[in-house]
Amino acid sequence: MKLEPIDDALLAGEHGAAAARAMAFLVRYGAACGADRFIDIESAHIDGCLYHGPSSIDFARHFVDLGGKVRVPTTLNVAAVDVTHPGWHCGPPEIIAQQETLTRLHEQLGCLPTLTCAPYQRMARPRRGEHVAWAESNAIVFINSVLGARTDRYGDFTDLCAALTGRVPLAGLHRDEARRPEILLELPSVRAAGLPRDLYFAAIGYVVGRRAPGMVPYLRGLPLDASEDELKALGATGASSGALALFHAEGVTPEAAAMPTEGVKIEVIAPTEPAAAIASLCSAVEGEVVAAVCLGTPHYSIREFAQLNRAVEGRRRSPETEVYVSTSREIAAAVAANPAFDALRAFGVNMIVDTCTYLAPVVRQTSGLILTTSGKYAHYGPGNLGRRVALMTLERCIRSAETGAVATPC
Amino acid sequence: MLTHGHALIEGMASGALLKLTEPLSLWGGVDLETGRIVDATHPQRGAVLANRLLALPGSRGSSSSSSALVELARTRRAPAGVITTRSDPILTIGALVADYLYGAAIPILIVSDEDYGKLECGGTGHLWCETDRAVLTIPGHEPVQFSNPAG
Repeated sequence: MKLEPIDDALLAGEHGAAAARAMAFLVRYGAACGADRFIDIESAHIDGCLYHGPSSIDFARHFVDLGGKVRVPTTLNVAAVDVTHPGWHCGPPEIIAQQETLTRLHEQLGCLPTLTCAPYQRMARPRRGEHVAWAESNAIVFINSVLGARTDRYGDFTDLCAALTGRVPLAGLHRDEARRPEILLELPSVRAAGLPRDLYFAAIGYVVGRRAPGMVPYLRGLPLDASEDELKALGATGASSGALALFHAEGVTPEAAAMPTEGVKIEVIAPTEPAAAIASLCSAVEGEVVAAVCLGTPHYSIREFAQLNRAVEGRRRSPETEVYVSTSREIAAAVAANPAFDALRAFGVNMIVDTCTYLAPVVRQTSGLILTTSGKYAHYGPGNLGRRVALMTLERCIRSAETGAVATPC
Repeated sequence: MLTHGHALIEGMASGALLKLTEPLSLWGGVDLETGRIVDATHPQRGAVLANRLLALPGSRGSSSSSSALVELARTRRAPAGVITTRSDPILTIGALVADYLYGAAIPILIVSDEDYGKLECGGTGHLWCETDRAVLTIPGHEPVQFSNPAG
């Protein structure tokens, strides 16, 4: 490993004891990655602020005790609980205070308490070509693929060390070579797949994650008008089913045009595969009792709230079925302050912030299905919550919420 | 039986060898309260990692696995050492933080795929991980030959 003067200075404690400790961890981490030098980063997004146990607090407090401060703009990922609605929390009560402690320690280190898995929607949008150190799998795949920024798959501890030093090893998806496609997947169109458009992107993400595990795929045939929300759904689902961290979509994502595809192995996704993926994530039987509809995994955007608002206009949810939408405090405040979103409130939508309903148990009924439009939720929800989860279109979720029972497919 | 490799994390450890036949995500795949494998799809589901020499043919899934390793180390339920086939940054940072916060050294040995295939569950193994000499011995087969470092 060839260290530059700034790296030596960090290691020597010239930028404080916390930065020295963080740099010592990064040197070992970089060696394990096979890196030969370090580079600067422009921002960081921290996943270690999600409470896993006392060691989460011990790690952050250690850097606070050493007087640590982040050296680049740093945002925080989701927490384990929505501390603004403690009454909704159905998990162990002590976790509220533990999470508050962990969040406060990160604030003392200079992190912004954004507490969202999708800061890229409004507040923190890394530019194309910019090196950053982001954790949280959906954010990693979104900023790499859709924004063309460069982050490797960072995780707990490494993310904070990068923020405290402003340096990362030149490894993984920071390198040009590692961003080239390793497999070309020819996708069926929305029409050929025979799926409603709002399930198509989750389905494609699920299939791509499975067909290209740990690889960078080049996608041919994705709709050219794919929106950021649709690409968010594709990436989040692929990151769940197969560690997708970067994809190129022909005519859609910024780096695709410059990517060499000659000689890359081509595989064709059969038109039946996306629908089969959806079927594997939706075991619901018509008429089954619905405990809740959970949306916003990853966190809902303003545009998604507007779609939901139009869809629920003039309708009411059943008193037996709760409806939760996870989002950031910032977007929740914008929705709450805007009378254009009154239909949401009339329908009975609860906005939950800081966390996600697949991490934080909030659904009161202990039996009954949870419905979602999110492939990521449908993948992780059953294991995390011990609940049955079914993936379906927004319209079918809403019709089911109205009656409290699973509606017929749209 | 003597297996040469190289040290990803230095240290020494002894314990009964637990060889996994598929990769495992420590986060979500292991119950942090007991150190037991709970991944419903894993062939070694039900096995306990605590204080074993864990032979892991690659890790899978979440980057929160580093937190899971540290949380296991905090409650003394981490593996005594790890034998794996690829340099793994997530396990590396987990082992470094576990040692730093809780003094729980978890040496990690990298071995070839071929040597991994020859490992057999059951015996108590000794892991000796240094930069210039990194070996796993399982007594009852052949003695350690100190004159012949790893090539």
